Amino acid sequence: MKFKDYYQILDLKKDASQDEIKRAYRKLARKFHPDVNKSPSAEEKFKELGEAYEVLQDPEKRAAYDKFGSNWQAGQDFKPPPNWDAGFEFSGGGFTQADASQFSDFFESLFGKSSVSSHARPGFHPHGSFHARGQDVHAKIVITLEDSYQGAQKSITLSRPSVDQSGHVVTSPHTITLSIPKGILEGQQVRLEGQGAGGSGQAGNGDLFLEIAFAAHRLFTADKRDIHLLLPVTPWEAALGATIPVPTLGGTVDLKIPPGSQSGRKLRLKGRGLCSAGQTGHHYVTLTIFTPEAVTEDQKKLYQEMARHMPLNPRQGMFS
Amino acid sequence: MTTTIHPCTAIDETTSYTLRQCCLLCRVSAQMIHEMIDEGVITPVGDSPQNWYFGVTQIKRIQVTLRLQQDLRVNLPGAALALDLLEELTELQRLVSTNKP
Repeated sequence: MKFKDYYQILDLKKDASQDEIKRAYRKLARKFHPDVNKSPSAEEKFKELGEAYEVLQDPEKRAAYDKFGSNWQAGQDFKPPPNWDAGFEFSGGGFTQADASQFSDFFESLFGKSSVSSHARPGFHPHGSFHARGQDVHAKIVITLEDSYQGAQKSITLSRPSVDQSGHVVTSPHTITLSIPKGILEGQQVRLEGQGAGGSGQAGNGDLFLEIAFAAHRLFTADKRDIHLLLPVTPWEAALGATIPVPTLGGTVDLKIPPGSQSGRKLRLKGRGLCSAGQTGHHYVTLTIFTPEAVTEDQKKLYQEMARHMPLNPRQGMFS
Repeated sequence: MTTTIHPCTAIDETTSYTLRQCCLLCRVSAQMIHEMIDEGVITPVGDSPQNWYFGVTQIKRIQVTLRLQQDLRVNLPGAALALDLLEELTELQRLVSTNKP
């Protein structure tokens, strides 16, 4: 287990006032909230901020934590000394409404698991007089364009909080295999009923919502259901027309390039984008002409001959 | 060992929810939905609450608003502003990435 420097996480000095702690947390929480910050590390950072604030906002937990003083460095291997918390009274109290089940092992080793009864969460009661459905869980899943094109089976491991018999929140890793529906798009969600957090009493589990994100593709970009590809062609293929093999998500397809095509011409392969049961996407190919280098004398002559036989001023109309 | 494949429902552009379904899905009261509509956070399709339908974008806006309220204590006008700015940012980022050489 690594030591966590909560002051460093909140970018604070050790003598920061309670007001400074609150201000620093709020500022960073806004910056790293996973709905606001699209960076993949934002969610982890946001949880870490919550954990740091959970400790430092409570004068008693802070005082206990401060006992470590400057002897420890962030990331250093850490084991809490025996009876380190003697004289402090915070077990089961002083917790905010933050979801403590998301906190690190480091937090848990120092402050224990938060008891659900201290959570002030309406309806959550350890002794079963209430039956509350578990919380919905929201997470992200990164898939490839191919996964969406064909539909795919994916596994995702989440740490799932649940309530044990003594009323404590415990987390355990939980792997879920799901089948990704064909044609799902970035930003859309899939909902897995009953795969969220466990409920109390006889109430059911919450739901799991997974938001889809696409991994960057080597060749293609997606714009909603349409797939775009930049296709290099030679001047003679563009000028004379040609049938050339083109990669698509569904495999290689022969594309007919009409004679007299220019760079930037967009050709459509109908229905070869991301299609779902009711919706169709297309595959767009944008031509980009690659000019062969003129190195040898013969090659230079060929260009000069072209200039003589096919005089062209592509900048006509630029100057009045 | 056999792996269980969990069934899942896509919430995509063909999905739409009535007011009641929307409340159940997002676990909010109809009152809250009304407040979000009044504040311009969401705009349902349809002329009266009985005929209202909420699409995938509206569902996501409700979910993000609830998270911003809970995690950052943002009020409804603030959430509406944040959502509009985030949408604009996503669109700009998309334009930048498609125009990359």
